Amino acid sequence: MIDITSAPLTGPQGPKPRKSFSRRNIFLYGTLITIALFYALPLYVMFITSLKGMPEIRLGNVFSPPLEVTFQPWVKAWSEACTGLTCNGLSTGFWNSVQITIPSVVLSIIIASVNGYALSNWKFKGADAFFTILIFGAFIPYQVMLYPIVIMLREVGLYGSLGGLVLVHTVFGMPILTLLFRNYFTSLPEELFKAARVDGAGFWAIYAKVMVPMSLPIFTVAVILQVTGIWNDFLFGVVYTSPDNYPMTVSLNNIVNSTQGVKEYNVNMAATILTGLVPLSIYFVSGRLFVRGIAAGAVKG
Amino acid sequence: MQNSVEIKDLDLQFGAVKVLQNLNLEIGKGEFLVLLGSSGCGKSTLLNCIAGLLDVSGGQIHINDRNVTWAEPSDRGIGMVFQSYALYPQMTVEGNLSFGLKNAKLPKPEIAKRVKHASEVLQIEPLLKRKPAALSGGQRQRVAIGRALVRDVDVFLFDEPLSNLDAKLRADLRVEIKRLHHKLQNTMIYVTHDQIEAMTLADRIAIMRGGQIMQLGSPDEIYGRPINKYVADFIGSPSMNFLEGNIQNGTFEVGELSIPLDGYEFGDAGAATEGAATMGIRPEHVVTGELVESTPFQVDVEVNLIEPTGSDTLVDCEVAGQHFRVRMDGQSRVSVGEKLRLGFAPARVSLFDSKTELRL
Repeated sequence: MIDITSAPLTGPQGPKPRKSFSRRNIFLYGTLITIALFYALPLYVMFITSLKGMPEIRLGNVFSPPLEVTFQPWVKAWSEACTGLTCNGLSTGFWNSVQITIPSVVLSIIIASVNGYALSNWKFKGADAFFTILIFGAFIPYQVMLYPIVIMLREVGLYGSLGGLVLVHTVFGMPILTLLFRNYFTSLPEELFKAARVDGAGFWAIYAKVMVPMSLPIFTVAVILQVTGIWNDFLFGVVYTSPDNYPMTVSLNNIVNSTQGVKEYNVNMAATILTGLVPLSIYFVSGRLFVRGIAAGAVKG
Repeated sequence: MQNSVEIKDLDLQFGAVKVLQNLNLEIGKGEFLVLLGSSGCGKSTLLNCIAGLLDVSGGQIHINDRNVTWAEPSDRGIGMVFQSYALYPQMTVEGNLSFGLKNAKLPKPEIAKRVKHASEVLQIEPLLKRKPAALSGGQRQRVAIGRALVRDVDVFLFDEPLSNLDAKLRADLRVEIKRLHHKLQNTMIYVTHDQIEAMTLADRIAIMRGGQIMQLGSPDEIYGRPINKYVADFIGSPSMNFLEGNIQNGTFEVGELSIPLDGYEFGDAGAATEGAATMGIRPEHVVTGELVESTPFQVDVEVNLIEPTGSDTLVDCEVAGQHFRVRMDGQSRVSVGEKLRLGFAPARVSLFDSKTELRL
């Protein structure tokens, strides 16, 4: 043991003291809180309006909380609101959207992940050219392809059906998802792939048993991107399906825009929130994984 | 001796870059061969070719008298250990060991038997249920070796397996690999840039440079009779001293000094060589103090710089105006500016032709 009795320390020592209410902090947090409130305000207005009855709305107090809370607008938005002749609310559109989103998301992610895996690990002749062409696809505006695809779908007999829309979503998800998966798989250590080959695993065995189990973050990112993108899609939904198969976004538009007499703000607000609920909940459930997945490509682990 | 691995006229090029050129190598059964070279010399590339992870551009590879040039890595009868361990992170140690066997569709009892055997040999039984993330670097590398071991193959390939470990662990595992080789008697091909690893492990060392093998020989041969100046410079730490001079009438003339060459074994070509030459003397072959009197050649120098390392002290000085380093015992007391008497025996030096840099 070294036994030294030192003189008491003088001058600055230990952690540097920080003021909570410095000018810098007030400015920083003030700005952040103001901006956050600004962005949250519409959601707040929508939510309280959806809980008010029509007489209360007519008073015009947009920001005041409801005096009498009523869930009638939500019920109406879900199952009774009319679009043209039918009065089924959003429920039909919701189930259509589910039937469109799930197969599109699953299909596009499976295909894109295999694409990305093949492009990063099994370099074949022309792989780079193929990849460049695929990425180029991401930069072509949708409007250019809108009509040709109508004709193509009509020729194969898928026009107006849910299957046709699933196909379109799968194809359009391909460039960005393939890019995502390729970059992720490239960032995984190459020696793992080599080790698996020495261990006698083939193309599919390496994909399923080595690559996929290591890729939860990137699959999460892909799911979030695809669910939000496909669920929120309006253009393809309205162009490539028939009224029976309209997705929820199109139903919402029809409910909000078909006014007979009074414009029911509370029903519209409720319908909008209902439509936005799916992407919102996906984000809340997996938001943390999302951030990790986005960062995973950058940091080698 | 029967050959285990034979490489015949191997070529490999990426586009216009020739990585391996017309390479021939025969590795005997049970031999421990080390491929040694600085980075970019093609040693890892050669190993990947043997493993079948790279397609060759020309030539053949035979393993156990079978032409495997076009065979899949898993069909070549090899096991490979990588620098970064390359363990499957989502599988347990047991899963890692048995992955290859499951792919080969071996019966379950056989898999269990082999995993048990490998884990006993490598002393990793308590770790079988753990994931790689819960293992230390040394344990991970054992598991990686185990993955090659369970495959029950004749040839083991090591791609710088110890480079990611800290110095002490590296020394421990080095001994362990040597012990494993004694026990298993497999053919092992080991790539490294660490000459200590190469010297301690190898039966034979192949020094590689620019995609070609410069010298292939036992560690003794490589150390004592380097075939050219590059090999002489590459092997040994601190590296060899080189004196530029001339050979005249059986002596080596450098500046004012003339060093007798009695006792130096000339190669076939160099017996009567005269003219410009380079003399290489290893710092550890230079003697100081009382022993100097017994050496055939002696010279006085002034100490320019000292580097104590604990066990040894390295002394920088000049011989005939050329930079020269001497390794002394760590106990010896020398100081900068002091005069020092050095001596060495011509039998232990190496002579190289100044033009071709080949050994004389």
